[in-house]
This record gives sequence, C-alpha cells and structure tokens, in this order.
Amino acid sequence: MTAPAAGRAGRPVPALRLGTFRRLPGPAVLAGAVTAALVLLALGAGVFRPLDTYTVALDAALQPPSLQHPMGTDEVGRDVLARVLHGLRVSFGVSVLAALVALLVGGTLGVLAGALGGRVDAAVMRFLDVFASQNHLVFGIVLAVLFRPALGPVGAVLLSVGLTHWTSLARIVRGELIALRGQPFVSAAIGGGAGRWRLVRRHYLPHLLPALVLGFVLLFPHAIFHESALSFLGLGLPPHQASLGNILADGRRSLLAGAWWTSLFPGLVLLAASLAVGTLGEYWRDRHHPRWRSELEL
Amino acid sequence: MIRLVAGRLLTLPLVLGAVAVMTFLMAAASPFDPIRAYVGAETVVDQETRDHIAQAWGLDRPLPEQMARWLGRLVQGDLGRSHLFGGQPVRDLLLDRAPASLLLMGSAMALVLVGGLVAGTLAAAFRDSWFDWLVRGASHLNIAAPSFWVALLALYLFSIELGWLPGAGMSDLRSTGAPRVDLEHLILPASVLAVTQHAWFTLYVRNTLLEVLREDYVRYARSHGMGRWRIMFRHALPNALIPFVTLAGVHVSELLGGSVLIESIFGWPGLGTLVRDAALGVDLPVLVAVTLGSSVLVVAGNLLADVGYRLLDPRVREGLP
Repeated sequence: MTAPAAGRAGRPVPALRLGTFRRLPGPAVLAGAVTAALVLLALGAGVFRPLDTYTVALDAALQPPSLQHPMGTDEVGRDVLARVLHGLRVSFGVSVLAALVALLVGGTLGVLAGALGGRVDAAVMRFLDVFASQNHLVFGIVLAVLFRPALGPVGAVLLSVGLTHWTSLARIVRGELIALRGQPFVSAAIGGGAGRWRLVRRHYLPHLLPALVLGFVLLFPHAIFHESALSFLGLGLPPHQASLGNILADGRRSLLAGAWWTSLFPGLVLLAASLAVGTLGEYWRDRHHPRWRSELEL
Repeated sequence: MIRLVAGRLLTLPLVLGAVAVMTFLMAAASPFDPIRAYVGAETVVDQETRDHIAQAWGLDRPLPEQMARWLGRLVQGDLGRSHLFGGQPVRDLLLDRAPASLLLMGSAMALVLVGGLVAGTLAAAFRDSWFDWLVRGASHLNIAAPSFWVALLALYLFSIELGWLPGAGMSDLRSTGAPRVDLEHLILPASVLAVTQHAWFTLYVRNTLLEVLREDYVRYARSHGMGRWRIMFRHALPNALIPFVTLAGVHVSELLGGSVLIESIFGWPGLGTLVRDAALGVDLPVLVAVTLGSSVLVVAGNLLADVGYRLLDPRVREGLP
C-alpha cells in the first residue's frame, strides 16, 4: 500500500500508514481503546471472572456491590459481573452475526439494483421503500415472533435485525455502483469482454469494500440495541442465557426490591459498547467518506 | 402542488397494499400455525377438529384466494379478531388503546420539541461554550444509551428510591369509576420517552442553526447592527426549522417504537404494551394491524412533510436550488 489508489472522484484514497495514527483525535483513540478492552473482556470472560454464571446461591441473593462481587449479585445470588462479561460475549457474538446478515441482505440487493439497473433496480427500490416504511422495533418484533419456531431464538434475532436494518446500506451500495458504472475502467473491462459476474467480482466489489466494512461497523450499535431490546421484552435469546438484554430483564424484576446494581451495570456496559463502536465508525465515516454522512446515519 | 398531493395520495394505498401483501406472505412463509395459536399450547385437538377450524377460517383454500379474501376484508376495515383478548375485533382493540398512546406520545413529542428548541438554540448561540459541550455530549450519550435502561434507572430513582412519582399504570389503582388519567402518572413515562428521543432534535436544531448563521442574509443583518437574539429569532430559527418538517414523519414512527419499551416498563396501557403482549402471546392479527398502522404513520408523515416543505419554503416551491 505505498502508492495511493485513485478514489472515485480522482482524489487519492489515503492508505493506512503508521502516520495515520498520529493524527487521530482523542475521542477516536479512546473509542478504539474501549472497544478493544470490551472485546478482550468478552473473549476472556471465563478467565477474568471464572465464576459460574448459572449456579444459584440464594443465601447471597441481591447483595450490593462489594469487593467480592464488584457489581453485586442478582435475585438468585449469581455474580452480576460474571454474568455481564459472559452476556457481553453472547451479545457481541449475536450482534456481529446480525450486522453481517444485514450487510449481506443490503449488500446483495444493493449490488443487484446498482449493477443490473432497469427493472431489477426499480423492483428492488420499491421493495426497499416498503421495508423503509417500517419502524425497526415494531417490525423486528413481528419478524422475531413469526420466525422463532423455525429458526430458534438466535436465528429469529438475526433475521429480525437483518431484515430491518439493511435499507440504508443497500441505498449506498446502489449509489456507489451507479457512479462506478460510468467509470472508464468499467467501460474498458466491458470492452475487454468481461461478463456481468466478472465485473461485479473483479471491479465492483473491491471498490465497495470500504463502504461495506464501514456499514458493518455502523450497523453494530444498532444490532446490539435491537438484540438486547428483543431479549429484554422476552422475544430474543432464551431467558436463561446470559445476554445483556436478558440480564437487564432480570434486573428489572429486582428493581422493586431496591437493587439498582442489577440494572445499572449491564446497561453501562451496553452503553459503552455501542458508544465506542459507534464513535469509531462515525470518525471513520466523517474522515474518509463524508459524502455518506446523510445516508449512513442508519 | 395539487398534482403532487394527488400523486402522493395515490401512492399511499399502493405502499400500504405492498406492506399488507408482504406481511401476509411472510406469515404464510413462517411455520406459524394459526390453529395452534387459537386453541393454545395446552389444549390437544384431533385432526378432525383442526380440519373443521381450517374449513371455517378458509385455511384449506389455496394461498392466493386466502390472501384475496384477507385483503378484501382489510379494505373494508376488518382487521380480524384477536386470539389473546377473547376474540375481540382488532380494530376495537386498537381504538381502545390508541388514546393512551397518543397522550403519552403527544406529551413526549411536546417535551422533545420545547426542550430541543431551547437547548439547541442556546447551544448554537454559545457555540463551543461549556453549555454547547454539555448539550452535545448529553445528546451523543443519549443516542447510544438504550432507552429501556434509561427507563429502568428513572423508575428506580424517582419512583422507588425517592418515591416522588408513581411508576406504574395510568391512574391510581384505588380510584374508582371510569378509567381516567392522573397527571402524576403521566410525568415519568412521558419524560423518559422524551429524554430518550430528544437527542436527534436537539442536535438537529443546533447544527442547522449553525449552518443558517453562516448565510449571507445573516451577515447582512449583523452588518446593519441587528442584535444577536433578534437575528436568531427573526431570521435564523424560522429558516432552520423548515427542513425539520421532513423529519417529523419518520420520528413519529420512532416514537411508536420507543413507546413499546417505555410503555411496557411503566405499565402504560397503550399500543406499546399491546404490541408486547401480542408478541409474547403470538397474537398475529394484532401484530399485523400495528405493522400496517405504523406504515400509515410513516407514509402519511412523509406526505405531510413534502407538502409542508413546499408551503414553507418558497425556494423548493419554485424549484430553485
């Protein structure tokens, strides 16, 4: 990556070099550090907090935060910190997969519309209008209810996020492709006998990659919110599974007994995760793709 | 203008029809068994009874015919019957719950508009001051904070710990007579809904104001010695608020989504709680009706936005850049 590749508007795309990091502003660095720390904590949940997240200890129920239990214990005496760390891992995993599903749906439909144009384009765009006229949460709830018996709880959550969050990404991909289609190198490839599939694979997809990666990062906070909201309502992951939404649903029950710690800490972790990843994504977008600002609000 | 409105009014039933068809197809594609949902998980029914129910409901007919019949009833305003709420017509159920939701969402919207306008204007007026930083920081935090978590914390703090406000229901359970709304029951859910939804509007007011304040006519007014606040209220704010109408439709639907979580936490007997209950009890007719209703909100909101935009901004009306 020594020679900067030419961008769409002819302006060089800055390659990732070591010097890039020196020019990063504070918030982005902080967000990156928090993201890295959370990912590490989630991956190493069993190492950092090797407590059983399922064993019930009723004699230790609803203890306020202490040295032994930094986040207190829940209504059946489970360590909240251990559950939060394991829940973070589950929520991270499900949200990453869900964002990938949304990326796949949006990317595929966007490529179809943008690369084929004409009637396919019109059909995809009308399809998109129908989905865009839905409220994410209400429609996501309907999807989760409908497909839970067939796909299981995790599959239903993935589908629910994927089918409600793909529209903005599809719009961007389509727009990029329509702009790409007029480029000389595309005409040259077509003149050289490249077929549609080869065009997509060799020329369109490499150009779309930054948009797709950025879309994925910006989708993640939405995915983690959607997943935990569904779980919180009892429509997401199975209730015994420690996920941030389920832990908050449990915490809601102990709230009346005056236990604030079972609600405060899991939510703080959820907030930190979506804030950190969201800040990173927005920084990347504003720096490298300011044109997508209005579209990629997601 | 008339052509635009007429054209948009014509597309309204088209989009709604597409949403209806899509919902129907999705329900048909899903393994959801309406007979199972009707008799409940505990009851065992033999094949003969199942066939009987299927015949009575027309479930034995081919799919296109089922869809046509369903759409035909939909056009006549028949949304089906709820399984969960004792076979009550879904339309009555929605009409029953709508006032409570409208009250909650309306109060929250009013709070969002007033609060966002004041905070956004002050933040733009004192750009980069500590107040601006506070408003921006709080708004960004607000966007990332899960609304149901904020609701839980508010419920704990104001209702359980401090005991200032009641945290459940619409009126005092001990009160007798016709159901009514107590103002003190409204304060907490409405404020929480407003707090969790305010960020977009506050940031919007601030950012558009800052853009408008860079316009030539603002510089011109300033060069004539016009005061800061007079410029703000007479020139900047009205112009900054014009594009806002384009956002209103989408955000009414956001408010509906937010109220699902907030209403179920505060036990507010509106549409949000209805959605939650219908989802947990797999009451498909209710869910489909709410889906259709929320698309009506979005499409109608967008139509109003288009018309309002033209009425308010002569540049758009004349087709100027």
